[in-house]
Amino acid sequence: MNKSGKNVLLVGVGGQGTILASKLLSEGLLALGYDVKMSEIHGMAQRGGSVSTHVRYGARVYSPVMGPGEADVLVAFEKMEALRWLPYLSPEGMLIVNNHEIYPMPVILGLSEYPALLEVALSESVPRMLLIEAAETAAELGNPRVMNVVLLGALVKSLGLDDPCWSDTLGSCVPPHALQVNERAFRKGLSLV
Amino acid sequence: MPSLCFWEEGGLFGRSGAKMRELMTGNEAIARGAWEAGCHVAAAYPGTPSTEILENVSRYKEIYSEWSTNEKVSLEVASGASMAGARAMCAMKHVGLNVAADPFFTMSYIGVNGGLVIVDADDPGLFSSQNEQDNRWYALHAKLPMLEPSDSQECLQYMKAAFDISERFDTPVLLRVTTRICHSKSVVETGERKERPVREYVRNPAKNAMLPAFAKAKHYLVEKRLLELREFNETSPFITFEDGKGEIGVIASGIGRQHAKEALGDVVSYLHLGMTWPLPEKAIRDFASKVKNLWIVEENDTFIEGAVRSMGIACSGKDALPLVDELSPALIAKAILGTKPSSGPDTGIMPPSRPPLLCAGCPHRGLLFAMSKKKDLVVMGDIGCYGLGSMPPLNVGESTICMGAGFSAVVGFQKAQEKAGRSQKVFGILGDSTFFHSGVTGLIDAVVNKSSGVFVILDNRITAMTGQQENPGTGRTLMGEETTALDIPRLCAACGVKEEHIHVVDPYDLKASREAVDSAYAAEETSVIVTTRPCALIKEVLKSRASLHCVVDAEKCVLCSSCLKLGCPAITKQEGRIVIDSVACNGCSLCVQVCPKQAISREGELHE
Repeated sequence: MNKSGKNVLLVGVGGQGTILASKLLSEGLLALGYDVKMSEIHGMAQRGGSVSTHVRYGARVYSPVMGPGEADVLVAFEKMEALRWLPYLSPEGMLIVNNHEIYPMPVILGLSEYPALLEVALSESVPRMLLIEAAETAAELGNPRVMNVVLLGALVKSLGLDDPCWSDTLGSCVPPHALQVNERAFRKGLSLV
Repeated sequence: MPSLCFWEEGGLFGRSGAKMRELMTGNEAIARGAWEAGCHVAAAYPGTPSTEILENVSRYKEIYSEWSTNEKVSLEVASGASMAGARAMCAMKHVGLNVAADPFFTMSYIGVNGGLVIVDADDPGLFSSQNEQDNRWYALHAKLPMLEPSDSQECLQYMKAAFDISERFDTPVLLRVTTRICHSKSVVETGERKERPVREYVRNPAKNAMLPAFAKAKHYLVEKRLLELREFNETSPFITFEDGKGEIGVIASGIGRQHAKEALGDVVSYLHLGMTWPLPEKAIRDFASKVKNLWIVEENDTFIEGAVRSMGIACSGKDALPLVDELSPALIAKAILGTKPSSGPDTGIMPPSRPPLLCAGCPHRGLLFAMSKKKDLVVMGDIGCYGLGSMPPLNVGESTICMGAGFSAVVGFQKAQEKAGRSQKVFGILGDSTFFHSGVTGLIDAVVNKSSGVFVILDNRITAMTGQQENPGTGRTLMGEETTALDIPRLCAACGVKEEHIHVVDPYDLKASREAVDSAYAAEETSVIVTTRPCALIKEVLKSRASLHCVVDAEKCVLCSSCLKLGCPAITKQEGRIVIDSVACNGCSLCVQVCPKQAISREGELHE
């Protein structure tokens, strides 16, 4: 197996399931034989703040974090978070962005504006962008919460890591009653790329 | 490599039995290490980034585990267990060790019977803390050995080694980690638990009762122990040396080791230190003599750099690396190799900030909103979710010092107000867990010293900010047993607050909340307000309120924005309409109560 490494940065809003998606990604990478490090943020930011998880994999990984300009793939679970974390994307990197808006308090209070037509500005700034309607897709699947696994499926396909082993990974990390819908969400995500 | 015969199972990096490879956070690996080491008793008070250590320990049924009332109590519980002969541990965040500092220093003199390990989790970068203190100084100050793992595998191994060192040298051991270690996952090979009996206990006041005469005798032993530990560290397996190609040598520890290796690869030589107190002076001198330019890579303070300079060795470190915030591979490469940091695409658009906020349905909101309507209040805040109330739109709370200061500082602030002839009323706010942790002492101080302050306990029955840990008001232990739930209003009464000044209110009831605030405001004696709604994120609460949600009648809505001023993330204005997210909303109905046009109503059913 080619063990060349990659850096994946998953960003979103506290409560969107970025940590579970990152955990699934990391467990799957381990099953595929990679060395993996993942760094997540807990605590205050989880109360609706901006959150990020670093996942780095390869033959051997030392630091669990990447710096600006070093993410091979940036996965944004929320559109404005793509903008916030864009400086972390490598100049040749790929942006996967969920076409989903969550208003932060300054916007709710009318103190600032949610940037309009953000997906256009984003796509003009990066060499490769994949815009995904993960919230709609998850709702169609019957559970809005599996939005994270839809995005995971798209990410796995984009990384060229599509492999039967992901089914076992889902099975070991997701509670049995939610497994079926998560599997469907993952397959749907794969098909979007 | 010298003999490591005192380590069981073939030494620090020994392997035995069937091994599993799994991804673990540092916190999970520390818990696993304690279990494998045969730990019997574990105690902690929750605090990010250390919380998950005890949560994970509690999954191992061979270990008695508890949430203690505060960090000092947790260290004292662990100390008693160690004295009785058990292997014991406690875990806390960096500021927690300030609370536990009293027993920490004296346990250094007493030493151990069963191994005693104190896990301290620092927070460089202040992801979830009120300061960025570097607790490595505690090891120096209390003259204790300190281990610093650099990944999850080392968390497990060092935890096991810490118990062995503790028993061999008759000393508590400080295992110091940081947020990046605690919350990063890496591959760990696990082993099995080595069961061991609780050691015999023999009464020995000269060892365990630190009366002045006994303590002085002990201090001589502590100094001698420190020299022995230094000698041990000189040739210990905690030191690894990597010979590089160039003239640069790097001394690094903790996460700095991993960042440095990532940034510098094999173009430099490394002296990795896993035991960072007492420092191995001979090994450092030897390494320094082999390289031309010596760099010290460490986060925050000049703990190692200062020690190396005091040895008379020239080195670089904080002249080029930051004292503030986390390190990263990019910062290290820039400082040592002069590498220009990379940067990514730029749209030229600045995103609005996204501060964390009180959840939809948070029971803190009602009382804080009622307080926000009083304009001449000063509000001392504390550590917990309610700290988020100090931001717009509620703007309630103007200080955050430490756990408990939300009450104690009221007493001093009010006395100073009186001296200055200022009339504002002083309120203090803290949560149930904080009240038990150290708020109750401030309340007693207020009553006895005749403070006219108002002391608000936002009781949501759980330690919420750190992720739903049990506290003395919950009625359940960490190990899942039913237990006594302390009655906060009765406790306040027992502290001497008069019954007529104890206001118990439902914070979802805005009228009752306002009345309580008004009444306490008018009182000339110490007053208490206790709220009674459980945290909206408690599983049973989520379930019972799942179908409840509020809806806006667009016909009646005049877009006055009164509801938006609650700061509820479920309520937004989209395309000229007020919209309430029915999934996020739990039907707390504060918005129904603030709407002047009765345009909002609640739908769904409560399932008790």
